[in-house]
Amino acid sequence: MPAARPFVEFDRVALTYGEGEAATQALDETTLGIAEGEFVAVVGPSGCGKSSLLKLVSGLVRATSGNVVVAAQEVTAPIKIVGMAFQNPNLLPWRTTLRNVLLPAEIVQPHRARFRRDKAPYTERARHLLQTVGLGGFEGKLPWQLSGGMQQRASLCRALMHEPSLLLLDEPFGALDAFTREELWAVLQALWMQRRFTVILVTHDLREALFLADTIYVMSARPGRILLRKRFELPRPRTLASTYEPVFVEALAELRSHIAEARIPVPAPA
Amino acid sequence: MSAGSLAAPVATAAPAPQRRRRRIRWALVLPVGFALAVLALWEAAVRLLGLPPYILPAPSVFLQVLVARHDAILRMAGQTAQATLLGFAIGVGIGVVLGALIGSSRVLYRMVYPALIGFHTIPSVALIPLFVIWFGVGPHIAVLTAVVVCFFPVTVIVATAIATSSPELDDVLRSLGATRADVLFKVSLPRALPQFFGSIKLAITGAFVGTIVAETIAANSGIGYVMAVATNTMDGALAFAALSVLAVMGVVLYLVALLLEKRLTGWAYRGR
Repeated sequence: MPAARPFVEFDRVALTYGEGEAATQALDETTLGIAEGEFVAVVGPSGCGKSSLLKLVSGLVRATSGNVVVAAQEVTAPIKIVGMAFQNPNLLPWRTTLRNVLLPAEIVQPHRARFRRDKAPYTERARHLLQTVGLGGFEGKLPWQLSGGMQQRASLCRALMHEPSLLLLDEPFGALDAFTREELWAVLQALWMQRRFTVILVTHDLREALFLADTIYVMSARPGRILLRKRFELPRPRTLASTYEPVFVEALAELRSHIAEARIPVPAPA
Repeated sequence: MSAGSLAAPVATAAPAPQRRRRRIRWALVLPVGFALAVLALWEAAVRLLGLPPYILPAPSVFLQVLVARHDAILRMAGQTAQATLLGFAIGVGIGVVLGALIGSSRVLYRMVYPALIGFHTIPSVALIPLFVIWFGVGPHIAVLTAVVVCFFPVTVIVATAIATSSPELDDVLRSLGATRADVLFKVSLPRALPQFFGSIKLAITGAFVGTIVAETIAANSGIGYVMAVATNTMDGALAFAALSVLAVMGVVLYLVALLLEKRLTGWAYRGR
C-alpha cells in the first residue's frame, strides 16, 4: 500500500495504569502503523503490555498520552468495526452456540436495526460461520456442552459475526492443547484468506505468530515498547508441514533470539 | 435418591424411557405414601390417647369439616391466594426494578444497600399494626404485607447479583460498543436469574406467611381470618381444616416457582 494512510496508527501512545505511587507504566511511547488487510502478530514476554495494546486499539482503554487512530478516526470510545476474541472464550452460558454467535448482530449498528426487522439473514450467516469452523450441528448446544476448543471456535465466529474490518485476538489459543491450537491456526488462516480483514494477534507462541502473521512486532518487558518490527512473508496457505521447512525454522530462530533480548529489562535512558 | 436401588429386584437394566417412568412413579409414591402414613399414625394416636378435638382433632374429623364446609373454606382460600399472588407480583416487580437500579449504579449501591439490609432485619409482620393505623383494616393489609415481605429479599439478591459483575463478559459486550442497558439486559439480568429464582422461592413462601399473619390480625376474610375465628371459638377441627388447605396451597405455590426456575435457568444446572 504505497503512501496510503495506515489503517491502525499509534502516534507516541503511552499508557499508565493507576496514579502516583501505585502507577505502573504498561506501554512506553509507541509509534506504529498497520496497513489495511495486514496480519500482524505481537509477541513478547508476559506482562509486557501486549493486551493493553489491543485494548487501546479497540477503545476499551484510553491512552494516557498520544493518539490512537483507526480507519482515519481517533479512538476515544469502543469502536464498532472491531471484532475481539479473548483467551477465555467468554461465551454467555445461558445462550446456545447460535445465539452466542448472533450477539454482535443484536448490538452493533447498523446490524442491530436490521436484525430486529429480519433475523433470517443473520441466522443464516451465523450458521454458515459455524459450519466454516467445523461447528455445524452444534448450533443448539449450550457452552458447557462444548469442549474448550469448540468454545474458542464459537468465540471466533462471534468476533466475525458483524463483519468487522479489524479483528483483535488476545491469545485466543493460549488455553488450548497443542493439537487443537494447531487445528485452529488453519481455521483462522482460511477465514483470513477468504475475507482479508486486518488482524492484530497477541500471543507468546512464536510458532503461532510465524504461522499466522506476515508482520511480527517484538515487545520488551514492562514498560512495553516495540523492539523490533519484522516482515516474514512466507507463502500461503501455510500448513503444519511448512513449520518444518528451513525458512520457517530460520525465522523462528531469529525471533527467538530477539525475545531473549526482550526478556532482559532495557536500562532506562539516563 | 435413585430409583435404581429401589427398583433393583425388578430389573437392573430397564430401557431408558421405562426407567424414567419408574423414577417418576417413585417420585410420586414416596412423598404421598409418607404423608398418608403420617395421617394414619396421627389418627391412631388421637384415638388411643383420647385427645379432645380442640387440642388435636383426628384427621378424619377435620377432613369431614373440610368437606362439609368446603364452600366457605374454598372462598376464603381464594381470598388468601389472591392476596398472596397480588402481593407477590407487586413485591417481586418492585424488587427486580429496584434491585437492578441499585445493582447497576455503584453510587446507589454504596448509598442504599446498607440501609436495605437494616430494614431487612425488621420482621415485616411487625409492621402490620402500623399499616392498620395508616390504611385501616381490610384485605388490602394482607396484600401490602405480602408486598413488603417479598420485595426485600428480591431487591437485595438481585442487587447483589448484578453488582458482582463479571468483567470478562462485560468486556465482550463493551468491545462491541454496547450501551449500559445492553449489558444489563443481555448479561447482568440473565446471569442473575438463578439467584433471582432463589429469592423468588423465599419471596413466595414469605408472601404467604405475610398474608396469613395479616389476615389473622387485621382482616375479616381469608384463611388467616378463619384460623383466628376457629381458635377464638376453640373449634380445633375448623382450624385444622384451614391449616390443611394452607399446606396444599403452599406446596402448589412452591412447585410453580420450581417449575419456572427449571425452565428458565436450566443452563446453570448443566442438565442435572
